[in-house]
Amino acid sequence: MKLIAAAVCFAGAVALHAAEDRYLPKPAVDRPELLYVRSPETARRVVLRYQGIAADLYWIRAIQHFGEEHLSPPSHVRTYALLYPLLDLTTTLDPYFSIAYRFGAIFLGEQYPGGPGRPDLAIALLKKGLAAQPAKWQYMQDLGFVYYWHLRDYKTAASCFERAADIPGAPNWLRPLAAVTLAEGGQRSASRTLWEQLAQSDEDWLRDSAKLRLTQLDAMDTIDALHARVDRYRQQHPGQPVTWERLVAAGLLPGVPLDSSGAPFVLDPATGYITVARESKLFPLPGQIQAPQ
Amino acid sequence: MNAARCVAIAVFRESVRDRVFYNLLFFAVLLVGASILIGQLTAGQDIKIIKDLGLSATSLFGLFIAIFVGISLVSKEVDRRSVYPLFAKPIRRSEFVVGKYAGLLLTLLANTIVMTVAIYLVLFFLSRGVPDGVRKAWDAPALDPALLKAIALIYVDIALVTAIALFFSTYSSPMLSAVFTLGIYVAGQFNTDLRRFDQIVSSPVAAAIGKGLYYVLPDFARFDVKLAVVHGIPVSGTYVLLATAYAAVYIAALLFGATLLFSRRDFK
Repeated sequence: MKLIAAAVCFAGAVALHAAEDRYLPKPAVDRPELLYVRSPETARRVVLRYQGIAADLYWIRAIQHFGEEHLSPPSHVRTYALLYPLLDLTTTLDPYFSIAYRFGAIFLGEQYPGGPGRPDLAIALLKKGLAAQPAKWQYMQDLGFVYYWHLRDYKTAASCFERAADIPGAPNWLRPLAAVTLAEGGQRSASRTLWEQLAQSDEDWLRDSAKLRLTQLDAMDTIDALHARVDRYRQQHPGQPVTWERLVAAGLLPGVPLDSSGAPFVLDPATGYITVARESKLFPLPGQIQAPQ
Repeated sequence: MNAARCVAIAVFRESVRDRVFYNLLFFAVLLVGASILIGQLTAGQDIKIIKDLGLSATSLFGLFIAIFVGISLVSKEVDRRSVYPLFAKPIRRSEFVVGKYAGLLLTLLANTIVMTVAIYLVLFFLSRGVPDGVRKAWDAPALDPALLKAIALIYVDIALVTAIALFFSTYSSPMLSAVFTLGIYVAGQFNTDLRRFDQIVSSPVAAAIGKGLYYVLPDFARFDVKLAVVHGIPVSGTYVLLATAYAAVYIAALLFGATLLFSRRDFK
């Protein structure tokens, strides 16, 4: 009898929990006020000697926060407000947590709305990593990528690659990369060389990120080729709006062009400007959209 | 010392009877459950996180057993008045105290060994079939023997906590013993701050007290090499030996103190 009563009460608790979720849904994304411990130094002391597992928990929370914001509905204004504080907590608790620095920097530098578009914070995180582990040439290399890709500061990027190459154990392709960056900075071929190197990384997620960048560069090449067709159409039909259907009808294209993720490219009929669609996995291309201030 | 051995075995049997080892079941469920879940959550950091989780859980479970069993080791016998017939037998009080300590240490050793095997088994299953390219990205191999250094120092750490709990247990109530033991354990984590106390206080007396406490309180931070081992940072055998020697001397001091206090107690 007591067992049945206990089971009924337990089932009641589960049912109430489910009902609460249905009628009083929890916020879909993290809010800044939900980060109770903001000071990494305080967190380090509070967790006593369990910094490793505490850092793991904050890392999981950082990934979840990034994922929740990244996949949030269009009605939600993505701020990624907790991303840097969570990564800062993670790396203070475990100063050797390489992936938190390296992938954290990618998260932070990612252009809005795919990420917060904060290369400054990505740089701060990587510099913190270098302070903890000066022998990690990978952090210096990543720093170079942030300067190159997000800030287009090719001189500083080249200097970072050069300094990474000076660190014992660094691969021998870093020094030529510094030279290429300095000589051809801003050119797509140099970007491709950079990302091809990162695509050789041992880390799965870094490799995937580099592959996405390479696919974006392919899309930019395709867009250039499409722009040439659009220009030809506009020369032949001055003053007329340009659409994919018209280009196909004019025999300039075999069909509506799709990017590698299967989404059609977007063409502005008035200006002839081409880019990837918002629903494309390649969105946004570098410089395509700015984060809200 | 034959009497002490008998007491130790009795403590071990009592631990089994008190279902102390049920924590192992919880530990196994925690590790296996985590190993299934974290692969989805951690962006390829599952090996690191299982190591962190396994070492932290070994330390935490050991700590709880050391404190909550340790504080009642002697006081329970006194409260139950079971010490009276015991002392009627040819057993010295020092043998009783040392036997109690050794018995709990034996329980903790069995606990730690089973947990170590569980950690290595989970790591073995998680790392099976992982491509070489991914393995190269790990800071340390999955079945890294260096983990044993961290586990050895965790055991030394909980042996010291047990000695502190036992020391208080010889003259105080279990509740107070728990508070004192936990207090010393937490204070012992911040020893480095005590050493640098003179940098934040202007009073030379306060600075001297801070420095004095630094040397008197057990330096628990010394036994923590979990982060280093998980990240493949070398921990020398000399370091492990010196830390163990430090703990051994400290434990000996506590056991002498506990024996002295217990010998002076009047049970009439």
